[in-house]
Amino acid sequence: MADTIGSAGLNAVKTPLFREVRKGEVRKHIITLTVRNELGVLARIATLIAGKGYNIEGLSVGETHEKGISRMTLEVIGDDVVIDQVVKQLRKLIDTIKVKDLTDTPHVERELALIKVHTATPRARDEVLRLVEIFRCRIVDVSPETYTVEITGTEDKVNAFIELVKPFGIKEMARTGKVAMKRESIPQEEE
Amino acid sequence: MPRKGADIVIETLKEEGVEIIFGHPGGAIMEVYDALYRDGSIRHILARHEQGAGHMAEGYAKATGKVGVAMSTSGPGATNLVTAIADAYMDSVPVVFITGQVPTHLIGNDAFQEVDIVGITRPITKHNFLVKRIEDLPLILRQAFYIARTGRPGPVLVDIPKDITQKLSDVLIPSLEEVKESLPGYRPHLEGNLQQIKKAAKLIMEAKRPVLYVGGGAVQAEAQKELVELAELMKIPVTTTNMGKGAFPELHPLALHMLGMHGTYYANMAVYNCDLLIAVGARFDDRVTGKVEEFAPQAKIIHIDIDPASISKNIVVDVPIVGDVKIVLRKLLEEIKREGAKLYFPEERQKWLERIEGWKKKHPLTYRKSNTVIKPQYVIEQIYEATKGDAIISTGVGQHQMWSAMFYKYSFPRQFINSGGLGTMGFGLPAGIGAKLGRPDKEVFVIDGDGSFMMTMQELITAVQYKVPVKIAIINNGYLGMVRQWQELFYERRYSEVDLSVQPDFVKLAEACGAVGFRAEKPSEVREIIEEALKIQDRPVVMDFHVDREENVLPMVPAGKSYRDMILDDGKKAIEAETMYLVG
Ligand SMILES: Cc1ncc(C[n+]2csc(CCOP(=O)(O)OP(=O)(O)O)c2C)c(N)n1
Repeated sequence: MADTIGSAGLNAVKTPLFREVRKGEVRKHIITLTVRNELGVLARIATLIAGKGYNIEGLSVGETHEKGISRMTLEVIGDDVVIDQVVKQLRKLIDTIKVKDLTDTPHVERELALIKVHTATPRARDEVLRLVEIFRCRIVDVSPETYTVEITGTEDKVNAFIELVKPFGIKEMARTGKVAMKRESIPQEEE
Repeated sequence: MPRKGADIVIETLKEEGVEIIFGHPGGAIMEVYDALYRDGSIRHILARHEQGAGHMAEGYAKATGKVGVAMSTSGPGATNLVTAIADAYMDSVPVVFITGQVPTHLIGNDAFQEVDIVGITRPITKHNFLVKRIEDLPLILRQAFYIARTGRPGPVLVDIPKDITQKLSDVLIPSLEEVKESLPGYRPHLEGNLQQIKKAAKLIMEAKRPVLYVGGGAVQAEAQKELVELAELMKIPVTTTNMGKGAFPELHPLALHMLGMHGTYYANMAVYNCDLLIAVGARFDDRVTGKVEEFAPQAKIIHIDIDPASISKNIVVDVPIVGDVKIVLRKLLEEIKREGAKLYFPEERQKWLERIEGWKKKHPLTYRKSNTVIKPQYVIEQIYEATKGDAIISTGVGQHQMWSAMFYKYSFPRQFINSGGLGTMGFGLPAGIGAKLGRPDKEVFVIDGDGSFMMTMQELITAVQYKVPVKIAIINNGYLGMVRQWQELFYERRYSEVDLSVQPDFVKLAEACGAVGFRAEKPSEVREIIEEALKIQDRPVVMDFHVDREENVLPMVPAGKSYRDMILDDGKKAIEAETMYLVG
């Protein structure tokens, strides 16, 4: 069986012999990082990801309960294998304390949007108000022409709300990136 | 006691055991130079270009295993260091780069000689720092050394604004414990997972056709003893990468020498046909793997590396083991011995070694000899013989680098010093100077190309100033040889901009600098001038070897191709010479 060099010709080289280099599917990954809040830490993380040829789709940063420690949530679209590389490289950064790819772990995620909607007619004001109620968001600023709505929730919820108010005309909009956390409880229905 | 920031720098360097700094002064770093002068206990080598200083620090670090230090002023001084920093990053060389910066209040103002060197070097350093408060200065410097030398080593840059070097402070130098505590996210993993090690041990005993594939990580970890023991105990042939040279003694009967693009026929055949590949401190570089799908196509792969990010980066492996190579190999050996060190297929293993012997006999590393023109390989063989295989060799980048890898046989780690990852022409001379300063007990030969030499030849004068007796052998083919070779093989001999026949008279250049110069134009002169050069111990020697202009480096696997496409020294393809395929 084993040593038959010379007896097998080139034709005998079958493709299964060759190692498959696993290429994962391309999808959105949610990565959370705990970092030391040092000079340039954000630039370092952005440089690393850009250096791999990926775009950062979403990014949110804020202090944690511990002094000098910040938490980041990153959204990156990419190939599973390369994102795995990115996570390993992020872990290598001196200022990162913890890096987790939450994509395949049960987790809670939220984002916040401020949406300034045209509401010049009474009908529009009624409709938007109704939507605000249904979506359990809040109106945080009112002018004769506009309502500014604050909404928090999953990306889907925020998207759905935006779709519904679009016909009225959106004057201005600001969205934070996502914040995410691993779920400790058994997964439950989101509100 | 309050003292200037600059004095704190020197104090910290002394605490770290720094004995030599390579650098070039300027306005922003002047206080540190003054402190260096006043202190007087650390040696400084004035390179003629900061790139040279950087490569010298690398050569010193590569030859000694200690952390190298290079220093420059802000702006152009700092940017001149960039090539060396990138080079150190690619080859995991522990070097601390210290740069002066404009005073804190001018940062961001486009001040004279200001450049954001921390921003520029972010992707090419293991870590970098801008010192903003004098109280942080000693801690940052100690962190820099700690980060540079631990885990997967690498370059760390510390940028120090001028006012920080001038301010007074009585801050204390922190202890190593404090340094470690201050880096909560940095915990290099050294031990290796025992379950994985057990799995690896089993695979090694079960394999019929194993090969060890050893890289620079094994040199860094100084794991030669463990490697030899494992290879001999389990009868495993060993191939090393360019960076791994010397990690396994090349005269050992189990040595397969280098693999990859310019690897030996037998190393590449062994890797292509093996059923178990044990990668040790190697990173599956594309110069090694060629076409990844066809790299060791039948093999299970074990990968031992200190850097978790190196594992399964280019090739998915079966048994990953993250840890210090030396520690993991020791545990692996223990495990194998505990299991009685038995080979499951001793006969197959024996046949495998015989097969490899056959390949070695059939296509040894060789070249066509000549009595009329000097063959570059001949020069390197003569250097090997004249130095009895005991010299440290430093090279530039190109054909001469590959011939130096092939025709000098390396038996100890840190013996072959070259720019493996970045492939930096101009690396050889300054790195050789750094190596000689670090290892004055060894002969250091710089085997350089004429093109590479011309990139940093101003450092010859540095070697003269400090009486560094490096022996510089220029393999002078009047071409950018490696590029010419590619043009010959892959661009139908369109020799676009590779002619270097207009060049200085290197003998006169050497003399002008106060060095000694020799030239050889006939094969009969080669050995003679090497012997002459070896006698000179108080200054550098330049040997200008006029070699066959169109000699090629063979064998060669064309970039991105499979080992089956390897071109042999007779111009044949490996696939024509022998079918590279085993069933089993
Ligand atoms: C700084 C730099 N520029 C360009 C190259 C591309 N390059 C690789 S090998 C080579 C030719 C090297 O010529 P030489 O130093 O004379 O060595 P030879 O190949 O002739 O031995 C060139 C230009 C490089 N590696 N480094």
